[in-house]
Amino acid sequence: MKQIEIIKDTNIDFIKQRKKAFVISAIIVCLGFFAFIMVWLGKANLSVDFTGGIQLHIRFDKKVDIGALRDVFAKNDIKNVQIQEISGTNEFLIKTKSVEEEKNIQDKIETVLKNTFADRGFQVLATNMVGASVGKTLKKDALLAMTISFICIIIYIAWRFSFIFGVAATIATFHDVLGVLGIFYILNMEMNILFITALLTIAGYSLTDTVVVFDRIRENMSRMKSKSDFGEVINKSINEVLRRTLITSLTTLLAVGAILFLGGKTLLDFSLALFIGIIIGTYSSIFVANPLVFLWRKRVR
Amino acid sequence: MFKSIKLRFILVLIFLIVSVIFCIPNVIELKGKWKEYLPSDKIHLGLDLKGGMHLLLEMDTSKMMDNILERRFNHVKDAMIKEGIRFLDIIKKDNGISIVIKQEQKDKLYNLIGKDFVDFKAGGQKAEGENLIIDFILSEKDIAHIKENALNQALETIRNRIDQFGVTEPVIVKQGDKQILVQLPGIKDPQRALELIGRTAQLEFKLVDEENMGRYTGGPTPEGDEVLPLKTKNRETGIVTTVPILLKKQTLLTGDFLTDAKVKIGGEFNNEPYVAIEFNSEGARIFDKITAENIGKRIAIILDNTVYSAPVVKERISGGKASITGGFTMDEAKDLAIVLRAGALPAPVKVVQNITIGPTLGQDSIRKGISAAVLGGVIVIVFMIFYYRFSGVIAVAALILNIIYLLGAFTALKATMTLPGIAGIILTIGMGVDSNVLIFERIREELRIGKTVRAAIDSGYEKAWVTIFDSHITTLITTFILFIFGTGSIKGFAVTLSIGIIINLFTSVFGSKAMFDWLIAKYKPRSLSI
Repeated sequence: MKQIEIIKDTNIDFIKQRKKAFVISAIIVCLGFFAFIMVWLGKANLSVDFTGGIQLHIRFDKKVDIGALRDVFAKNDIKNVQIQEISGTNEFLIKTKSVEEEKNIQDKIETVLKNTFADRGFQVLATNMVGASVGKTLKKDALLAMTISFICIIIYIAWRFSFIFGVAATIATFHDVLGVLGIFYILNMEMNILFITALLTIAGYSLTDTVVVFDRIRENMSRMKSKSDFGEVINKSINEVLRRTLITSLTTLLAVGAILFLGGKTLLDFSLALFIGIIIGTYSSIFVANPLVFLWRKRVR
Repeated sequence: MFKSIKLRFILVLIFLIVSVIFCIPNVIELKGKWKEYLPSDKIHLGLDLKGGMHLLLEMDTSKMMDNILERRFNHVKDAMIKEGIRFLDIIKKDNGISIVIKQEQKDKLYNLIGKDFVDFKAGGQKAEGENLIIDFILSEKDIAHIKENALNQALETIRNRIDQFGVTEPVIVKQGDKQILVQLPGIKDPQRALELIGRTAQLEFKLVDEENMGRYTGGPTPEGDEVLPLKTKNRETGIVTTVPILLKKQTLLTGDFLTDAKVKIGGEFNNEPYVAIEFNSEGARIFDKITAENIGKRIAIILDNTVYSAPVVKERISGGKASITGGFTMDEAKDLAIVLRAGALPAPVKVVQNITIGPTLGQDSIRKGISAAVLGGVIVIVFMIFYYRFSGVIAVAALILNIIYLLGAFTALKATMTLPGIAGIILTIGMGVDSNVLIFERIREELRIGKTVRAAIDSGYEKAWVTIFDSHITTLITTFILFIFGTGSIKGFAVTLSIGIIINLFTSVFGSKAMFDWLIAKYKPRSLSI
């Protein structure tokens, strides 16, 4: 019976492409590092989860212009507020930094909007108030969680494969996380706790991809003659699992795409991060992790 | 592992039946006899789906220690005067007190402290000419103990208040050594709840300093006095006016002596709601004494450093009953009665995090989450069947099995479903087919090198297993860490994803393999639709 194939048998020399890949990856990593520094300095679009502050998610029954909101705030001496429109809805996110300075700002905003837009059906959907100290703890915890998972992963892969593979897989994973961070930074997307969750999920996913290739390398290494070139083993292995990698990425992208389109505002950023992460993760499992192992091995011998 | 196909099918079937039984209450309401014998728990929805309030309260323990030391300081001072110990000076410090005395008074002081103030430890002494400076401090252990007790007490008090306010399934737990997490699902009036919970509710009675009050026009406060705001509220307009009032610092009576507080309407207060309070016998005795001694003077009724009223004492009051007025609305009076009955918090609390989600947003999220899950599922199913044909159908069967197991396990474990949790399920659908993709691609490879259907399936599964295992474990590691570090909705995500991964490991290898084996045994096919 005929099989449907997304691609025919391939015989691509991935190792040969490593220089181009390294250039691309170097750009991704640099961008990611830059974004990371900016995040650390508090200069990125961080949510109130990390900075502390108040976020109000409001909705009007009838159309209200974002400019009208700005005017109302200016008129009532409400300063330092960011307003973001959720496209395709009559909903807005209103953010203020620092809870401590202006204690009653939340009440004030709600009262002013209620009075001004009574005829537009004003409604507060959700509020999120975070004290600065909580934000700081969260930032620290998020970093700690990331670090610990990376360490655990190195240990596991080093145990199942070898130390070199562990390091390569971790670098590839790190590369993906930095990549998503960098892209989010450039797009000026908001980074919240869900974003951190997405990063850790991406780490897990990208690792799965990498492990699948490593597994094939391990299998082929034991089968092929010791004389054969290590690069050849890697190439053969990647080509063999390429179809699986692409199909799995495709099905996961389809599922994530469904959240992206139907999941609503809360899950939008989250699923976008996953979407980007899966693409970068697929790329890195082929073009980053394996060439790294190759370089190392080549030098060691 | 299990060679017998029958046995494997039975196992899969048992799990399926158990899962379905757990899932049923989510779909239909169980009635009568069914309810007695079957589990009736539904999937527990998180605040982000149900709507409600999530509060993180932080207790100001340093303020509390300050108050405690202040009280100790006064007690020690009073005791020294009573015992006739002559002291030159007494100084309050961060973790204790310092007393300056003459050498010869030393033994008497040590005796007093050793007898009446057991937890004060001598923290060293220093000679200064003829005088001795002796430090008495609270040990770290004692301070920690006091703080822990205070947190427990605060937790109890808050639980009491919430119970009396009436919230179903509230969560009230300690977090760390000075925080309390409160979750109130489905709360209708979050602002009111917040005020009820966050209020310290320290009720005090103090004398108005009538002598100085007339002359006082601001500036430095007279010795032994303090200035507090007196709030007067006009019930009709709701406008609050605040004027400063001069009070004697000494607290005559506190809310600790209350036995009851009730809302009443009418009588002498023009049909406005007020709170009638009742003291216990000791409180009644003290109240009797202070009213007898201060006829014609004003006694201020203070709640959390705000004077609510300062009525003139017209006569001695012996029954241990008093009333608090303040232009309250019915709700305000009710809430005040609740906090007075539940008692004061041992220290003020600060709200450090407040996430409030309205019911509309929650329902919106559920609807969107479910439609995303359905769409995601359908797309993946269509793709799998299109790509792998008959084998794809088996993979889809395994996937559906997966989802039923996942929901069953989720309900049985009483885990909390959150919006990221729903995302976790969708992700599990996407990643769940990965194992089958790995296996199928492997089987195709084996078929290509000319193996028989049976041999190809067997070795495909066998070879793919190692990879599947490794990849699942690595994902489990990250979800496990998410679970440890995450809070609230993130935990929900970690739980769904990790349950999903474990179940996936079972169904993809056990469930679909059993189906293949059965088909091969039954039909002995020469070729495989894959």
